[in-house]
Amino acid sequence: MKKSLQVYWKLFTSTFYLSAFTFGGGFVIIPLMRKKFVTDLDWIEEQEMLDLTAIAQSSPGAIAVNAAILVGYRVAGFPGALVTILGTVLPPLIILSCISLVYEWFRSNAWISALLRGMQAGVAAVIIDVVWSMGGKVVKSRDWISILVMCAAFAATYWLKLNVVFIILFCAALGVVVTICKGRKERAQDKGESE
Amino acid sequence: MIYLELLWSFMQIGLFSIGGGYAAMPVIQSQVVDLHHWLTLEEFADVITIAEMTPGPIAINSATFVGIQVAGIPGAIVSTLGCVIPSCIIVLTLAFFYYKYKNLRMVQGVLEGLRPAIVALIASAGLSILILSVFGNNGISWAIHQINWVSVALFGAALFVLRKWKPSPIVVMLGCGVVGMLVYQLTPLGG
Repeated sequence: MKKSLQVYWKLFTSTFYLSAFTFGGGFVIIPLMRKKFVTDLDWIEEQEMLDLTAIAQSSPGAIAVNAAILVGYRVAGFPGALVTILGTVLPPLIILSCISLVYEWFRSNAWISALLRGMQAGVAAVIIDVVWSMGGKVVKSRDWISILVMCAAFAATYWLKLNVVFIILFCAALGVVVTICKGRKERAQDKGESE
Repeated sequence: MIYLELLWSFMQIGLFSIGGGYAAMPVIQSQVVDLHHWLTLEEFADVITIAEMTPGPIAINSATFVGIQVAGIPGAIVSTLGCVIPSCIIVLTLAFFYYKYKNLRMVQGVLEGLRPAIVALIASAGLSILILSVFGNNGISWAIHQINWVSVALFGAALFVLRKWKPSPIVVMLGCGVVGMLVYQLTPLGG
């Protein structure tokens, strides 16, 4: 029992530490988690960590939270997952609580307000940069369905103001259909080759 | 009941922000700004800025912020819980199937189908922050004096730096913030 308590404590402190000092979200935290749980603690195998990463990235929600759930579950079952969720969620919860308590004062201070106004332009640039990179890949793929989906989704949300949830559900359904069709085609080709 | 509304709203945010990071942004905007009016677009832009500057996922950061603004600390806890519950269920279900079948093909297929749509949604949310920063709260107008030229210049410079040298976004944002603060406060352009 003492040993398992130690495991839970280690899980909690590791995820708390990773979450408190990782700027830049999910794509940064995963390599750090790998280092912690695969290299340092040797709790998870290299290949398994890669697969867990794939699951974390394919699931909805924050990648850091998803990865933490998987690691906690893998190491100590469902209670382990609860512990790692707590460890991952607490730092942002505490930090943002503090910021939001001083937000009113923050906003009414002319200097900080000017700082935030300047940063807004920077945030816009950061987001447009991400879109540029991701959208560029879609355009370069010359996959006409993807390009069409991208344009239609933009029109639907920006001009038609459709609820984002419906757009995502529709595109997910489209993804299922395309995957099934591709699977059939490949199977048909395999058959053709084997005959 | 406000707690249930927060919980339900952030469960949708948790469930439909697929692809991590910026993918959460359009869903948060749709729920928090457009549907429930818990934040103005301006406050939403502040949340994204703050979330970028602090550690932790954007979704959790905004859940905490919105929760506190709407219903205090219990609100923050409920919203964060809402954010995490869908992840928990889906990730563990997928992990179960992964250990059983070692095949995630369908999931990856769906994800691929979603990617272009996610790009478009992020673009739309980014554009609304850009428009807010250039035109203010009044929306698009091409009258010269309505355009915030400081923002235009900062945006252009930041995008150029990001494309050319790929520095950390935090550095770029802080740079814009400091330059903006000095220009707005020390020159007549701040008006």
